[in-house]
Amino acid sequence: MSNDGVNKGRRRLLIGATSALGAVGAVGVAVPFVASWHPSAKARAAGAPARADISKLEPGQQMIVEWRGRPVWVVRRSEEALANLAKLNDRVADPESRRAEQPDYIPNTPERALRPDIMVMVGICTHLGCSPTYRPDIAPADLGSEWLGGFFCPCHGSRFDLSGRVYRAMPAPTNLVIPPHSYQDENTLVIGIDQEAV
Amino acid sequence: MAGHRNKGNPGLMGWIDDRFPATALWEDHLSKYYAPKNFNFWYFFGSLALLVLVNQIITGIWLTMSYNPSDEGAFASLEYIMRDVEYGWLLRYLHSTGASAFFVVVYLHMFRGMMYGSYRKPRELVWIFGMTIYLVLMAEAFMGYLLPWGQMSYWGAQVIVSLFGAIPVVGADLQQWIRGDYLISGITLNRFFALHVVALPIVLLALVVLHIIALHEVGSNNPDGIEIHDNLDENGVPKDGIPFHPYYTVKDIVGVGVFLFVFSIVVFFFPEGGGYFIERPNFEPSNPLKTPDHIAPVWYFTAFYAMLRAVTFNLFGLDAKFWGVVVMGAAIAILFVLPWLDRSPVKSMRYKGIISKLFLAVFAVSFVILSILGALPSTDGRTLVAQICTVLYFAFFLLMPFYTRMESTKPVPQRVTG
Repeated sequence: MSNDGVNKGRRRLLIGATSALGAVGAVGVAVPFVASWHPSAKARAAGAPARADISKLEPGQQMIVEWRGRPVWVVRRSEEALANLAKLNDRVADPESRRAEQPDYIPNTPERALRPDIMVMVGICTHLGCSPTYRPDIAPADLGSEWLGGFFCPCHGSRFDLSGRVYRAMPAPTNLVIPPHSYQDENTLVIGIDQEAV
Repeated sequence: MAGHRNKGNPGLMGWIDDRFPATALWEDHLSKYYAPKNFNFWYFFGSLALLVLVNQIITGIWLTMSYNPSDEGAFASLEYIMRDVEYGWLLRYLHSTGASAFFVVVYLHMFRGMMYGSYRKPRELVWIFGMTIYLVLMAEAFMGYLLPWGQMSYWGAQVIVSLFGAIPVVGADLQQWIRGDYLISGITLNRFFALHVVALPIVLLALVVLHIIALHEVGSNNPDGIEIHDNLDENGVPKDGIPFHPYYTVKDIVGVGVFLFVFSIVVFFFPEGGGYFIERPNFEPSNPLKTPDHIAPVWYFTAFYAMLRAVTFNLFGLDAKFWGVVVMGAAIAILFVLPWLDRSPVKSMRYKGIISKLFLAVFAVSFVILSILGALPSTDGRTLVAQICTVLYFAFFLLMPFYTRMESTKPVPQRVTG
């Protein structure tokens, strides 16, 4: 075949158009493969709201509710513990929880709660996902005489107060996460449904 | 070109060669592939890596025959393999010890390349393919470690996947996309299984082929770092070269013998490697509600983990966790550009100056110290040591363009020195 009279411009245009359309097709074909990695309908259903009866929770006690496979802590705080929170404002990194992940209806107060006596938070350290330990005891030997009760992460040593606020200069970057939650009635906590939606 | 040789010969091989370049391939890669005659101890680890890869693939295939990649069944199927399947314990220990052995030989293989300048022109692509193999190998090892579904499998994966959460804006969504759930679950386990046994091994094998094709195109380097193809005899054969087969195949068999001797001692007497090859919390089934007291990655990742933890300060409005991930990624990424950082007129450490030798030693020692620190719980003192070692690790690379150009080098011989 002779190359005479080959329209190079048209040939380039055709190659360009074919490649471009092929690329668009490749992106389209990639969609189902990428999307299939998202949580499935079954996984989403398993992430349904969790209900907890808090009537038997005594002051100082902690209960752990599983929501979306994560431990959610519910702690009933005593009057004394609530009074101590404001004293820690200058020792925690973000006292008003400005950088924290929490629903909008949670006040930016030291209490960080819909009801001051009930603290609800995801029990997973914001550093690398370990689950801290509840340490309500005042001034234990291993945490020092300044300790007013809170949570201690055994993995990398992050410390949090009873509102889940991280102390200064800790590996954890932010305060503990507060999940969306609401109260169905006086004694029923619903984790996973926002306050406004009720 | 292989396709035009060995045509029209009689016999079965002739029939095959007329249709497929069997003899030509054999000659190009073995019987007429001329490798420098001065290979030393350090040159065992390439062929050993290939041996371990074969071990991993064969034992891996046999393990999948009894393994169950589900939330409920994974841990139990491990116990089943260990107790009920005939020789299941052996298959499993060959595979788990093989994973650690893989990193031992690969680290030594990489160090050999760094010592003798095997990454230098014209072998940049050999090095880049090799580094990609290392990267895929890390992904392969990480995903494989989730499969026993023990406490350390679970929480190790939790920590590593949460590293992606440090990426600003898209982090949280990316994390959820990788897990396929709101937490590490059976869904994550299943997809890691698919990647570990199908996708990544295919990629790994393809990269090994590319690594070897690139190597055989430019020829092997040697401890003197000189090109044997610059000195050819009248037949066009390098004067300092010997055919890979039978000379190096036989040499490598000796290496294989010694390696298998040591490997068998571990497999049969110390399969858990003192808690470093199989960590103790992994004998407990995974529990998303309870974190083990001390989470440490397997030994071959600890150096990078130590660098991640060494970053404890916020910078430019982004938090320490993000910068930790950046430092960790950069520590691996910087190895890729090593061929362009080294500006020395000579390749081998034998003829480089004292500064290069010193920096390589500092680099190796820092890497070992970081590996030890990454396995231990962090304290203020240890964090400081990790910070110093991280700086030294990067100094080796970042200062390389300067010290390799500055220093005086020794004259390089014309022929290899044995």
